[in-house]
Amino acid sequence: MNQLQNFTKGFIKENPVFVLILGMCPTLGVTTSALNGLGMGLATAFVLIMSNIVVAAVKGFIPDKVRIPSFIVIIASFVTIVELTMQAYLPDLFAQLGLFIPLIVVNCLVLGRAEAFASKNNILSSAIDGAGMGLGFAFALTLLGGVREILGSGAIFGNKFIEGDGMLVFVLAPGAFLALGYLIVIIKKLRKTA
Amino acid sequence: MAKTESTFINMLLTLVIITGVSATILGFVYEATKGPIEVSKMKKKNAAIEAVVPAFTNNPGQESYDVEVEGGKVTFYPAKNGDEIVGYAAETYTMKGFAGLIKLMVGFLPDGTINNIAVLEHKETPGLGDKMEKSKSNFSVQFNGKNPETFKLSVTKDGGNVDAITASTISSRAYCDAVKRAYDALMKGGKK
Repeated sequence: MNQLQNFTKGFIKENPVFVLILGMCPTLGVTTSALNGLGMGLATAFVLIMSNIVVAAVKGFIPDKVRIPSFIVIIASFVTIVELTMQAYLPDLFAQLGLFIPLIVVNCLVLGRAEAFASKNNILSSAIDGAGMGLGFAFALTLLGGVREILGSGAIFGNKFIEGDGMLVFVLAPGAFLALGYLIVIIKKLRKTA
Repeated sequence: MAKTESTFINMLLTLVIITGVSATILGFVYEATKGPIEVSKMKKKNAAIEAVVPAFTNNPGQESYDVEVEGGKVTFYPAKNGDEIVGYAAETYTMKGFAGLIKLMVGFLPDGTINNIAVLEHKETPGLGDKMEKSKSNFSVQFNGKNPETFKLSVTKDGGNVDAITASTISSRAYCDAVKRAYDALMKGGKK
């Protein structure tokens, strides 16, 4: 697999949300609007890239039996850095995402890539894998957030283009499942025909 | 590069080094972001105070004081123009929201009339309860210029004077509860 494929696989072919179905907690929780989805996706992408790089760099030194705790400490450190930085410089976004930022630590996508990819590949491939997967995750969350925002409040990125309330259910929790389900169906269909 | 063996001493060393390095880095990041976090919190608070009371010249954030009511406390920020008090901003809360805690900043004129109200924090349902925010509906505007002495702070369904948000009676009740707490605190010693 060359590096370009390595990068692009995260978007459609192995999209973490639509195909691997990983990281569902933030996916369902924060995608009430496109902007929230994008913010959450980029935060996760950053953590994913950095943790992939570090894990790939130190994998030779880590004894097998303690690799999971080591990976988690590395991931948790980057999540805390993101949390503090966001709190300091993007307080509004932080207020929206709040609880879900620390929860990136337990996002199975991040540990999954560290375990399944970064611990077996070199630093460059791991960084590219992290970027592809992370941006694929951000893309999926933005798409889902966008769909829910359009249907639920008649707006996109906070710009209202339909007057009135929209279909409220899509902003609430059940709407997350509905929208995600239909998006998965559409992506599956697209992948079959492509 | 050979993989490190999983011996006790290797595992111990690895974990000590990793946690040690992480803790050091986080310490630095914490120090670096501490200032900006304080500033952005202060800014948000001051912006909320400015939005709810008439123009002032002092720094209300530094002159705050607490008043205890019914097991909770309301924080007051006096707004002064020179030496004359032009209003009080009261940071109040309620736990009765549809999703628990709601925090409001209620601005009173010196005679107890509500000047303006801003929502600081809430987790109400988007599209329903979040209409308490000024940007989303006119619900909060109906309180402006009313004195709770004559304006009964509960929804019309409960015999009060407040028009509830459609389909969000619980959120509206909670909002009234928070405003009432602020008013009670003001009457109980919030004025200085």
